[in-house]
Amino acid sequence: MRVNPRFIDKIVKLGLNAQAFFTVGILIVIVATICFKGFPYINFEFVFSSPEDMGRRGGIFPSIIGTILLVMLSILLATPLGVGTAIYLTEYTKESRFTKIIRFGVESLAGIPSILYGLFGFIFFVIKLKMGWSLLAGVLTTTIMILPTIIRTSEEAIKSVPRNLRLVSYSLSATKWETVTKVVIPSAAPGILTGVMLSIGRAVGETAAVIFTMGSSLRFPASLMDSGRTMAVHFYILAREGISMEKAYATSLILVLSILLVNIIAYYIMNRVISKYS
Amino acid sequence: MIKKYRFNKEHLVRAILTVFALSSLLFLFLIFIFILFEGLPLFLKIGLNKIILGFKWAPTKDSFGIFPMVVSSFLVTFGALVIGAPLGLSCAIYLSEYSGKKTKMFLKPALELLAGIPSVVYGFLGVIYIVPLVRNYLGGSGFSLLSTSIVLGVMILPTIISISFDAIVSVPKTYREGSFAMGATKWQTIYKVIIPSAKSGILASFILGMGRAIGETMAVIMIAGNALKIPTSILDPLRTLTGNIALELAYATGDHRLSLFSTGVVLLVIIMILNYIANFGIKRKVLK
Repeated sequence: MRVNPRFIDKIVKLGLNAQAFFTVGILIVIVATICFKGFPYINFEFVFSSPEDMGRRGGIFPSIIGTILLVMLSILLATPLGVGTAIYLTEYTKESRFTKIIRFGVESLAGIPSILYGLFGFIFFVIKLKMGWSLLAGVLTTTIMILPTIIRTSEEAIKSVPRNLRLVSYSLSATKWETVTKVVIPSAAPGILTGVMLSIGRAVGETAAVIFTMGSSLRFPASLMDSGRTMAVHFYILAREGISMEKAYATSLILVLSILLVNIIAYYIMNRVISKYS
Repeated sequence: MIKKYRFNKEHLVRAILTVFALSSLLFLFLIFIFILFEGLPLFLKIGLNKIILGFKWAPTKDSFGIFPMVVSSFLVTFGALVIGAPLGLSCAIYLSEYSGKKTKMFLKPALELLAGIPSVVYGFLGVIYIVPLVRNYLGGSGFSLLSTSIVLGVMILPTIISISFDAIVSVPKTYREGSFAMGATKWQTIYKVIIPSAKSGILASFILGMGRAIGETMAVIMIAGNALKIPTSILDPLRTLTGNIALELAYATGDHRLSLFSTGVVLLVIIMILNYIANFGIKRKVLK
């Protein structure tokens, strides 16, 4: 018996529809679980006080500060480095074997899993360079880890700047660097910002690379050479060692909401750019 | 005078930017050198066979066999693909071929947000939802190959969806129109025309998804149970290469620490091969 192809068509459409919404359902379940279970434990004291008794009581303030320090410093290092690389690749050189090698390097860095960044940061920064478990070692490791994202998004953004803008700038006898800083970067800024926001999201949620370089001290990192804990590491330790489910849920709520917020801002900026150029 | 100054400044800028661009290569080089430098000596001392094909992991008693972990890593990766690949591909097809503009505006960012959820959170929710589900309905402790595969399968969805979506979208519109003109239905067009044309991109998305799954650490150590043997059923616990490193690195010393770097070397080699296939073996074909 031959089944009517139009009938199959309808079944397939239904099936694909169901799968797409099932997948979105996963995201909703994740966010909803964390919100409902974490929300009752969030209060002023939880956000602004230090943890006591390994995190069973008290709050997560030092880990919030630790996260902000780690992420800000890494972004501060990775952004000029990444945007500079992207400018070099798009404005200062033609496609050649050399750019291919650099692109290969960037692609490879992007593919390396975070545990290997942790392993590298641990042996290189923590042990060989004698930084110990410290904010500095964490920052340097995270910088390398987020670099490929910033390079790739900046490159896309810079490439999408219309060629005419550059030509006008050159015709006004601007130098290459003047064109880059006054014309290309301002036009590409929203795209670059998207990459930076996505990198912030990645750094905030990172655990494997951070725990072996920054360590997991519960105190405030007072200097670059102090160990500290990010929210993600704190959450991991609370959950894995079964210290406190309530505090784990509450920590994960703040962690996930901050990441989602950063990512949503990133998509918002990206959409505005896309609608502007199309 | 002024001209000369400008000339120099341009050169300086170019030099600095070249150094910036080279820094990525330098970092990659450093990562390789330091992981290999720590990891290779043990291969020479103990023997490649005894590490990669050794069954016994007792690093404080000079047994460094990681064969069960190599097998386990591939098993969870395969499991993740079995769950993530069909689901991800379906989502990509739905997004590009079926969804209306408004649904797409909502669906695509939502699916990409899945990538932003940290792996520790995936691990935690796996422990809360998937592990008890497996334990109650299928038996065992719940910390198992099956649970790990399910969670990893979800984690690789964003990679698979976004890359295969790009591949499907870039199939020329004329192919679709040609197929419709022959009287083919939408589904016939999809599986006879669009999927074959986007084949290499879809394959690349699967391989990059595999790379993501095999490198995943924190979620895996929370769900896999970390037992030191080759799982004989999907309900058995297992320990992956990444899990092995993360579980023991904090306290390991001497040869034990070196053996974790040897584990890292094996992982690095697997990842580089997967990335190479995805980026160069397959994408090249797409360009042609």
